Amino acid sequence: MSKKIKSRNLDKYITYSFLILIFVISQLLVMTGVASNKFEGLLVPISVYVLLAVSLNLVVGFSGELSLGHAGFMCVGAYAGSLFSLLMQNVITVWWLRFPMAIIIGGLVAAVAGFLIGIPVLRLRGDYLAIVTLAFGEIIKNLFNNMYLAIDKNGVFFSMNASAYTKHAFDAATKQDLIKGAQGITGTPNDSNFVICFIVIMICVIALLNLIDSKTGRSIKAARDNRIAAEAMGIDVTKAKMTAFVIASFIAGMAGVLYSHNLRTLVASKFDYNLSILVLVFVVLGGMKNMRNVIIATIILYALPEALRALNDYRMLLYAIVLIVMMLLNNNDKFAAFKKKLSIKALIARFNTKGGVK
Amino acid sequence: MPILETKDLGIQFGGLKAVDGLYIKIEKGQLYGLIGPNGAGKTTVFNLLTGVYQPTSGSFYFDGEQISNSSPVSINKKGIARTFQNIRLFGDMSVIDNVKVGFHNSYKYSMLEGVLRVGRYRKQEKEYHDKAMELLKVFGMENEAKLLASNLPYGKQRKLEIARAMATNPKLLLLDEPAAGMNPNETAELMETIRFVRDNFDMTILLIEHDMKLVSGICEEVTVLNFGTVLAQGKTETVLNDPKVITAYIGEDD
Repeated sequence: MSKKIKSRNLDKYITYSFLILIFVISQLLVMTGVASNKFEGLLVPISVYVLLAVSLNLVVGFSGELSLGHAGFMCVGAYAGSLFSLLMQNVITVWWLRFPMAIIIGGLVAAVAGFLIGIPVLRLRGDYLAIVTLAFGEIIKNLFNNMYLAIDKNGVFFSMNASAYTKHAFDAATKQDLIKGAQGITGTPNDSNFVICFIVIMICVIALLNLIDSKTGRSIKAARDNRIAAEAMGIDVTKAKMTAFVIASFIAGMAGVLYSHNLRTLVASKFDYNLSILVLVFVVLGGMKNMRNVIIATIILYALPEALRALNDYRMLLYAIVLIVMMLLNNNDKFAAFKKKLSIKALIARFNTKGGVK
Repeated sequence: MPILETKDLGIQFGGLKAVDGLYIKIEKGQLYGLIGPNGAGKTTVFNLLTGVYQPTSGSFYFDGEQISNSSPVSINKKGIARTFQNIRLFGDMSVIDNVKVGFHNSYKYSMLEGVLRVGRYRKQEKEYHDKAMELLKVFGMENEAKLLASNLPYGKQRKLEIARAMATNPKLLLLDEPAAGMNPNETAELMETIRFVRDNFDMTILLIEHDMKLVSGICEEVTVLNFGTVLAQGKTETVLNDPKVITAYIGEDD
């Protein structure tokens, strides 16, 4: 009876230790100077993608809805967090106080966006939901791409029109550009670093795994497996799907803040359809449903093109081949059985039985 | 007061009256059968009673309260649970998690408590884990608790559907062909289980069934539907020997 709980917890602890191990190794490599500057520079982006992938996994893997607009929520979070940091830069000068606040604010604003978009979107199912989320992702990107926000002593200037911005008579001495259309936000303090990214990832993964293994998580999975039966069991399917959607948006928003505070210039055109698809590829090739595998897939698939940069044109070819091989292997029963034998869980089980024989 | 009463209940799909003018009265604690040839509208009645379809005429009362036009979720919360003719388990979840989904509205901890693993979370998870195991024991499935629901053999999937429905703590249980696809031994065993459930869990059961042995064995009263209308109604032995019913089932003498 308690065995089930134990094996579930074991799986969680393997995931946690795996994350900590990767963190410690990367930190050691950086601190001892073994790692190149390029490697160091990749740590924050990889962490951001890990966060995006685990959050999208909640929607795609556990809630069973194909969302193609994940980059949009990241975009909302990135802008909200950057704006907060820009405005508060001189008010809260302690970065380790300001940055966590920016992360939470970015997450909250993205969650609100997720909720508002979720209201119409979650009425749809399957392909329709995918199409509409894709559209919303693009809408968000284009909104920010055309947004002008500045302050001077006369007050706040906001416009969605470039010519209105150029024609506006600003007080030059006190003018501060916040969002400058397609040029985006410049001057966001570079608060992001690998340690904070790791802390956010740990908190999110622990929270997500706990959520999945609670009544809320079960209602989300039930709504995925059979909508009609879930309703007949008294589960509010829309609420379950909305919960997953909003939580995923919240995490994507936080990832956006981590991302934007790692850049000199934040532009909305980064958060396009390709980014959403890239994250979806990580989730799907990670096998969905399993957080640890999704994290592994993200790290490998993000690092691979970078590692292969020396091969120039051939690297995208190799990337494609890796994708195809992973897809084939994921659907191969023999490989799945082989993988099971090699898994840490199986090793622990083998170790346990050996101990029992003694 | 009857636990379930339908008054002139009916639904029309376009020009087709799938169910028409249905009057049923089920007393508390009864085992009631709903039978009829294929396409008679039995499952449609279940879909009406659980809010999957909204009736186009008439209404029904549960425990004296008019609940027609309610949503499936609120009907379940009122105390009606069902199983499905074409099995609808949560296939990618374990057997015990399927039952725990049934307990969903009994859990009182909040989402935040669940995420942080504090407060009422641990106590209630343990409590309902034990309750779920008890329910599985009733159906002899305690050893399959960890299996994926979709990996269960057919007969056990049907039983798991009943266990899951019971977990929602209903007063009225609607079973849609619980014995379909079972061999005579399994059917006999299921009959015992259904009776046991009724007697020990203080439940009223309405079931659809084609297996006449099961119906005559456990149902106290039956309603026979044919082409959406009531053909006969009353005590099981009387109804099953009614020439009209026999004709509907096996055709007319030449």
